[in-house]
Amino acid sequence: MSQENNENLRESATFDRTTMAEIRRAADTGIYDIRGFGAKRKLPHFDDLLFLGASVSRYPLEGYRETCNTRVTLGSRFAKKPIIIDTPVTIAGMSFGALSANAKEALGRGATIAGTSTTTGDGGMTPEERGQSSKLVYQYLPSRYGMNPDDLRKADAIEIVLGQGAKPGGGGMLLGQKITDRVAQMRNLPKGIDQRSACRHPDWTGPDDLAIKIQEIREITDWQVPIYIKVGATRTYYDVKLAVKAGADVIVVDGMQGGTAATQEVFIEHVGIPTLAAIPQAVQALQEMGMHRKVQLIVSGGIRNGADVAKCMALGADAVAIGTAALVALGCNDPKWDDDFKKIGSAAGFYDDYQEGKDPAGISTQDPDLMKRLDPVAAGNRLANYLRVLTLEAQTLARACGKNDLRNLEPEDLVALTVESAAMARVPLAGTNWVPGQGF
Amino acid sequence: MITVDLAQKTVRELNQSLHTENNIETHREWRVENTKGGHNIAVGLDADIKVDIHGHAGYFCAGMNKTAKITVHGNAGQGVAENMMSGVVRVKGDASQAAGATAHGGLLVIEGNAGARCGISMKGVDIVVKGDVGHMSCFMGQSGSLVVCGDAGEALGDSLYEVHIYVKGKVKSLGADCIKKDMRDEHVKELQALLDSAGIEEDVTAFTRYGSARELYTFKVDNASAY
Ligand SMILES: Cc1cc2nc3c(=O)[nH]c(=O)nc-3n(C[C@H](O)[C@H](O)[C@H](O)COP(=O)(O)O)c2cc1C
Repeated sequence: MSQENNENLRESATFDRTTMAEIRRAADTGIYDIRGFGAKRKLPHFDDLLFLGASVSRYPLEGYRETCNTRVTLGSRFAKKPIIIDTPVTIAGMSFGALSANAKEALGRGATIAGTSTTTGDGGMTPEERGQSSKLVYQYLPSRYGMNPDDLRKADAIEIVLGQGAKPGGGGMLLGQKITDRVAQMRNLPKGIDQRSACRHPDWTGPDDLAIKIQEIREITDWQVPIYIKVGATRTYYDVKLAVKAGADVIVVDGMQGGTAATQEVFIEHVGIPTLAAIPQAVQALQEMGMHRKVQLIVSGGIRNGADVAKCMALGADAVAIGTAALVALGCNDPKWDDDFKKIGSAAGFYDDYQEGKDPAGISTQDPDLMKRLDPVAAGNRLANYLRVLTLEAQTLARACGKNDLRNLEPEDLVALTVESAAMARVPLAGTNWVPGQGF
Repeated sequence: MITVDLAQKTVRELNQSLHTENNIETHREWRVENTKGGHNIAVGLDADIKVDIHGHAGYFCAGMNKTAKITVHGNAGQGVAENMMSGVVRVKGDASQAAGATAHGGLLVIEGNAGARCGISMKGVDIVVKGDVGHMSCFMGQSGSLVVCGDAGEALGDSLYEVHIYVKGKVKSLGADCIKKDMRDEHVKELQALLDSAGIEEDVTAFTRYGSARELYTFKVDNASAY
């Protein structure tokens, strides 16, 4: 009789098999587990929210005839040339090094077809990426790998990264397998080393310094392009206030579900707050400063479908960013490579060891043979299709709520299924007027 | 010679002029006056011009410099010549924290002392300091050279990659993975060339070289305490 069928066996909820496997792994190796992907535990999320479609008290818009605007302008606060995106779904920063050159090119192609922006990452800007991206956001990270004024001036926007949802307070990692000649050269590092990126910016600390740093970057780029500040979601209310005060044009808030290329598992699962909980904090901070919609808010971390997009917008975001979902659209974790996933001890749908550089789908790798498996043109088209679906789905929900612009969605259009999500999203529990934490 | 008086003009106007009016026939030499510790003076330059800054400069002076030769006739604030790519930046006085941070190339000369984290995360620049440097200097330094003619503070070269560090005076303590190394002929020559280009006279034989032990280059259980 197999263990599963023996009803006398009881698995511990506290010491379940995954937990015990991790204890054994730790005992075997003596070092923490490093992996990619985002938090895998169950968290209060957008699935816990529902829309109230229009009926008598409000009237809906006609699905095919009445327009629902999806275009958004980002960075109009100070930049002479704000970014205009056709859909409010942007591609989040993912580094060349973590991802193959083909994957980066595919992200650029897909985003360009869909009329949205893509973002560089730790490790600098590649010509493939710049060439294929009509709107490219250049990340300014603590490591400053590949950072230079020429690329800074080639960027359509600059994103100062203070943190990431997967690891607020931590720096990136790139293990030796992925530090190939090209990656090493771009980062000015010895080939093949296990590299840890800094978690703090080297030349400033604190919000007052940040204001001067933002001004420096504006001076270098002659105040042309928007400057974003990206934070991992933790003390979001305060972080957003400080970032706005420091002079940001756009704030990017990345919740704890957000993906990563390589981080300690303990970090991914135990630091930060869920995306759902972060948005109302950010919006409150902006509203109190009279800056909501003037400083745009981009939200990321676990966004998968048009409903998630619409819910973010309804809670007050101006746009969203996707990482993991974009990689899945390209072909990450695709069952067609299941045999190869099994060979490396994983399975399609479970693969998260991006740091090992052995991705059978050719995305999170620098191996030239694996990389060839990803056709950047075909993958770019897949991403463009996926972005279209996200946009159409979000429009469908907005029209149902009677909105002719995604940004007209509002918290009043939402209810929550659980007490937790009601408290975090600050919307009533479905069928009640009760918003936990705001009295009866 | 073009003179810009920062009592009359803003830093924005100065930088815009330095970025656009860089016809090296007519605008080769610039003089900036009345700096009063202003931030972001002469950042993002990309022309073979000479800029003399008279007075003290605030944060990030000469940030991301390319090609230009910039001299601060005074002290410089935090992050002077941060992320410089090429050219020469010279500070006649002292420099605050993070001088030459992440700089990729060029030469940074500090004739006085430099504060903490001088050359932090440097990526190819050469830095020559006539005086002392503060704690955590050259933290995570990747490449280039750091020459200190005075003393170095605590944790010099912590988590160092491939920077060559030369110190004439005392080193309070070395950071993780930074060790004393032999001065071979090639290093004596390199140091002499660095001092010559900085215009500083010192006895090269009095210097000690420090570099990476390369023990932290790969994750190893034995090094767990250093992570
Ligand atoms: C493979 C990979 C690489 C990443 N690299 C970076 C990076 O270099 N810089 C950064 O700010 N965020 C990085 N991120 C985080 C994303 O920018 C984004 O915040 C996150 O993926 C959003 O959550 P999602 O994956 O659930 O959509 C990376 C994410 C992934 C999956």
